[in-house]
Amino acid sequence: MEQQNFIAKFDIAVIGAGHAGVEAALAAARLGLKTALFTISLDAVANLPCNPSIGGTAKGHLVREIDALGGEMGKAADATFLQSRILNKGKGPAVYSLRVQSDRVKYHGYMKSKVEHTEGLFLKQDEITEILTEDGKICGVRSKLGSCYGARAVIVASGTYLKGKVFVGGTSYSSGPDATLPADRLSDSLRALGVTLRRFKTGTPCRVHRRSIDFSKLERQEGDEKIVPFSFENHEKLENKIACYVGYTNARTHEVILNNIHRSAMYSGQIEGVGPRYCPSIEDKVKRFSDKPRHQLFIEPMGLDTEECYVQGMSSSLPEEVQLEFMRTIEGLENVEIMRNAYAIEYDCCDPTELLPTLEFKEIPNLYGAGQFNGTSGYEEAAAQGLVAGVNAALKLLGREPMLLDRASSYIGTLIDDLVTKGCSDPYRMLTSRSEYRLLLRQDNADIRLTEIGHRVGLISDQRAERVREKIRLIDEETERVKHVNLAPTDELNAYLEQQGTERLTTGIKLSQLIKRPQLTYAGLAAFDKHRPELSEDVTEQVELNIKYEGYIAIQLDRVKSMRKLERRLLPKDTDYSQVRGLRLEAAEKLNKVKPLSVGQASRISGVNPADVNVLLIWLAANGGTENAGADSV
Amino acid sequence: MQAICAVATAEGEAALAVVRISGEDALTVAEKVFTPYGKSVREMAGYTCAYGCVFDGGERIDDAVLTVFRAPHSYTGEDCAEISCHGGRYLTQRIMRICCDCGARPAERGEFTKLAFINGKLCLTQAEAVMELISAQGELTLRSANLTRQGALFGRIQEIRGRLVTLLGELAAWVDYPEEDLPEVGEGSVGSTLSDCLDDVEKLIRGYDNGMLLKRGVPATIVGKPNVGKSTLMNMLLGYERAIVTDIAGTTRDVLEESVRLGDVTLRLADTAGLRDTSDAVERIGVELARKKLGESALVIAVFDGSTPPEEEDRALVSEIKASEGKVIALINKSDIAADSGYYELCAGLPYVIEISAKSGSGRDRLEAAAAELFGAAGTDDGLIFVNERQRNCLGRAAEQLREALSAHETGMTPDIVAISAEEAAAALAELTGERISDSIVSEVFSKFCVGK
Repeated sequence: MEQQNFIAKFDIAVIGAGHAGVEAALAAARLGLKTALFTISLDAVANLPCNPSIGGTAKGHLVREIDALGGEMGKAADATFLQSRILNKGKGPAVYSLRVQSDRVKYHGYMKSKVEHTEGLFLKQDEITEILTEDGKICGVRSKLGSCYGARAVIVASGTYLKGKVFVGGTSYSSGPDATLPADRLSDSLRALGVTLRRFKTGTPCRVHRRSIDFSKLERQEGDEKIVPFSFENHEKLENKIACYVGYTNARTHEVILNNIHRSAMYSGQIEGVGPRYCPSIEDKVKRFSDKPRHQLFIEPMGLDTEECYVQGMSSSLPEEVQLEFMRTIEGLENVEIMRNAYAIEYDCCDPTELLPTLEFKEIPNLYGAGQFNGTSGYEEAAAQGLVAGVNAALKLLGREPMLLDRASSYIGTLIDDLVTKGCSDPYRMLTSRSEYRLLLRQDNADIRLTEIGHRVGLISDQRAERVREKIRLIDEETERVKHVNLAPTDELNAYLEQQGTERLTTGIKLSQLIKRPQLTYAGLAAFDKHRPELSEDVTEQVELNIKYEGYIAIQLDRVKSMRKLERRLLPKDTDYSQVRGLRLEAAEKLNKVKPLSVGQASRISGVNPADVNVLLIWLAANGGTENAGADSV
Repeated sequence: MQAICAVATAEGEAALAVVRISGEDALTVAEKVFTPYGKSVREMAGYTCAYGCVFDGGERIDDAVLTVFRAPHSYTGEDCAEISCHGGRYLTQRIMRICCDCGARPAERGEFTKLAFINGKLCLTQAEAVMELISAQGELTLRSANLTRQGALFGRIQEIRGRLVTLLGELAAWVDYPEEDLPEVGEGSVGSTLSDCLDDVEKLIRGYDNGMLLKRGVPATIVGKPNVGKSTLMNMLLGYERAIVTDIAGTTRDVLEESVRLGDVTLRLADTAGLRDTSDAVERIGVELARKKLGESALVIAVFDGSTPPEEEDRALVSEIKASEGKVIALINKSDIAADSGYYELCAGLPYVIEISAKSGSGRDRLEAAAAELFGAAGTDDGLIFVNERQRNCLGRAAEQLREALSAHETGMTPDIVAISAEEAAAALAELTGERISDSIVSEVFSKFCVGK
């Protein structure tokens, strides 16, 4: 190809400024790379086109991990939230989940401003239509207007814009989310580079006017009194600004939907894309779960400066008049005014098994994918991948080792391993049940797990890393102390134990043994622990969890140890598995497709059985395989 | 990584056999299984032996010699221990089982060799031979898995696993979708599902053990004071004169062992020399029975002479067998002559007391029925489907994790903790049927629950 005439040259070009693109661009620029961030509309940077909310089960974990690695999402959510709650209280520390309602416009404003004020980061409104190569290597991007921008690495974070198509009843048209322009031409360029594309689908419910809702007929839902921020850096006192409301569908709602179901874009067969299983439309719910007499819905304000309210639970692709009809059957919404109708959107995305765990395409060096483009769903999943892609693109250009997060390190690592190893057949959502190490991967200890890695990468300051090291030191010290404190069976203690509904003591006991009892807490036993040092709550929380769940944590750590042993057996990149003697045909085919980095990753590919893993281990030993020192080898 | 163990010598009857353990923890496992008469296993240098005994919990089960190999100077290149014990399948399998209880797991076929290669103990040509072997094993496992897919056992495991996955799916949906209108997973349903699954897994394990006994023969011993007709009984069961029978007490001098079919049950029946010691009969019977026979046999057949009233020796015998844990059938022989009611009183509390005539063969049907009840029934159709110790090991782990989950639930632990062990249990069962448990739970959530925005 002839020498391009670039109007500007960058190290890294990020296509798309949604939650993935913003994190990718911020991370790359913060690591010192000259970075361009392209968006179809400057007014849609970090838009929340669906739920105006950040966090939730497993997603809250992702946000805290992003924060611990030096990403922005947690800080943006803290700065712009309207209501904050911890979900799953009472279901155990492994699954506590932080979730906030966000002010959609303020969230966008915060992120846009953060991008604008970052040195070395250039935000540009332009639709990228082509990825440019020179001698087979990525060299830049071309825009719709024909301008060429030089870039040594490109990150695709195109969300639902790529050949986006909106469906409402029998009507469909090319569009991005929230009435933005779609990106119709980039797909061809990606295909030409060798990227396999497919169609996924997602949907969003309608937005309604606040004045048309009778709140007296709905249940009011307040935020938590004591607010836990997402960012470990945030120590301000935070306050809730709004309430949400809960309502229910009824038999009439279901009747309207069923009578019109043939008019739904999903059911009339117009949509070829695969929709998410975990996020069904209201017509899906009514059809598939016909025994349920009602379905829950939530009314969530979109911001302080707007009357728009989001109706969670009512995603649909039925015609607009049907939407209005079934919405008005709901108690409290009898006179509802719809401001934006619900719609389904279909878009192009890649097959993530074509990616490395760095999110770089295996066959296309220096091209990365992140977010919905990789087949996921959700702002948090997108942001997590954006951070990983941005960091790894930067580290590669800097000639440094990649940041690889394994399954035992984080939900982010689990998400990426699932994507690149197993792939996904419908939009992938993070769930706590996807992690086999969830007692270790709690949202409360993300800083302890990941700050050091973020520091080695260069996104976490020395001071912040030092603070976390000091916190860990205090936790270890106090945990050790509590294990050595003896308590005598005094009358006061026994009275307290009885009052808490647990057995009396007849002989002396270690304080740690008492904390292990489900009815008792570290704080509750303070009066009997004479020499307890003054410690902050984030330290004592960890001490309590360490002790309470010691046995279970030990079991999970043991599993991590054996998993990591296989993870360290690296497989050569250019292996042709059909030439490995003793491998079954199916296993060889799957291995050739995924090209796993390690025997550990190979063992998680469906179709690879334990005997195949043994064959690989022997083959590897025979061919002088290498051992990697650690997974997060930054 | 977990230590592995296997019987290294050929199966079958032999004077000696070797159980081999390899792995980082091999010597820790050996230390729990084997107690040397001299210095401890930990202090033993590589390439040294010690004489001592093998213990199962507190019970001493065999005299043996332990050889210690220290890494890298062993076949596998890891720490190794070899227990040279007495031969025979029952004993070697039992020692294997103890090793597994003490932290090892049964080795897969070719695994010792695989380790040897990985640790640089074998050359490439040798290694390739091993790869062929392992690959063949992989195919074999696959084929046998396909075969059992139609089997009753496979169905049973799938069914138990299914119930667990349903429970885990309920817990996962409830945890992952806190805002959905999902019913809380009932206090009762968690506990009852876990304990039902545990019961069923334990039943399968018992079925397996019975199945193994059926396949290999139940080690059974005939005991009784001299001349109550033990040898006549054996001959009757065999259908031909194996033992020399006379009227003179003490005719049988050696231990005779023969395979006997009792209905569907095969016994490996040992007829002992009449337990007789004129000087101190009572004590001798007690000691000898406890030590030699009751411990080794899965079934004890106690024979009494119904034609004469019970004596001190009979009483001693009954109290010994009542104290033992083995299964017991009491036979009141010589029913063709007379049956003294004193024996019913003496044997009160024993589950099977049967009148028999070893001479005429009457009462044999009742003996067969008793044996079928003890070792047949549940065991026959299921137990035999199991092909190896590895599968029993999976079931054992499932049972252990279910007990763990149940106890966590009962002590009031939160569902995330209970789910950890329950998931391990389901994963152990899935290992038998070749599935991945986390994928099935996620699918369960999406197929059964109406969740999402």
